[in-house]
Amino acid sequence: MIGLTHYLAVAAILFTIGVLGIFLNRKNVILMLMAIELILLAVNINLVAFSAYLGDLTGQVFAMFVLTVAAAEAAIGLAILVIFFRRRGSIAVDDVNRMHG
Amino acid sequence: MITILAFYLFATLTVTSALLVIFARNPVHSVLWLIVAFFNAAGLFLLLGAEFIAMLLVIVYVGAVAVLFLFIVMMLDVDFAALRSGFTRNLPFGILLALVLLAEMIIAVAAYKAGPVTAGVAPHVVDAKPNIVALGELLYTRFLMPFELAGLILLVAMIGAIVLTHRSRGDARGQKIRRQVDRRPSDATKNMQPPVGEGMTL
Repeated sequence: MIGLTHYLAVAAILFTIGVLGIFLNRKNVILMLMAIELILLAVNINLVAFSAYLGDLTGQVFAMFVLTVAAAEAAIGLAILVIFFRRRGSIAVDDVNRMHG
Repeated sequence: MITILAFYLFATLTVTSALLVIFARNPVHSVLWLIVAFFNAAGLFLLLGAEFIAMLLVIVYVGAVAVLFLFIVMMLDVDFAALRSGFTRNLPFGILLALVLLAEMIIAVAAYKAGPVTAGVAPHVVDAKPNIVALGELLYTRFLMPFELAGLILLVAMIGAIVLTHRSRGDARGQKIRRQVDRRPSDATKNMQPPVGEGMTL
């Protein structure tokens, strides 16, 4: 019998993989964005699993909103990436020090 | 029985392809594995009875976001091998951090199981109403305001992405409206029919 815990475990593993991806690919912004997508997917699995097991559809509505924000974030992030690449000819995050922050 | 089998199939494939996303050497392969991960996550959502979210995941992610990623990866001429240089250096610390995070979440799940929330029942099929109908009713009544705001966010993201990436090229010859408006009949060519042998004055 598949319980709620199974889904939570999958989501936890997926979330951890996403965080690990951000840590391992410290230089590659594209892969970092993909890792963020994985993290948001894990959050969505959590929301939908709780929604199904508690019999409350609110979780699915919020999963939809997370999906919306994730799409907007990917679009803006990639747009920033494109102009950064146009300026610098590279996407290495280590070089992002023009503002001396 | 088939549900259990399907769950383990989707779960293992999701986790495996997620691992391959972050460990693949070629970013194009990463994007393709991301697509596999999203497909299998959509399968998990189907098992939970959330058909609409599952379809949305396939349409929005596989159809739009993943293609966007693929487009960017192929458009930018980046030396991806150089970007992996810190990979092995970050590996021990990263894995340590990931293990700590995973342990935290497992402990959280265990604590949740001892808590007051009662969620031991199986995902019950929503009575009579299909998932999409129920979701739509909720979305257009109780969550109307957030729904509109989500649309606004998408609009802002669209305009932002266009503004960010648009550049006026110097060599492009656009329409010059001022010159068109200022044009007088004297500047234009005239269609004349001079009689034979007379020629015409210019």
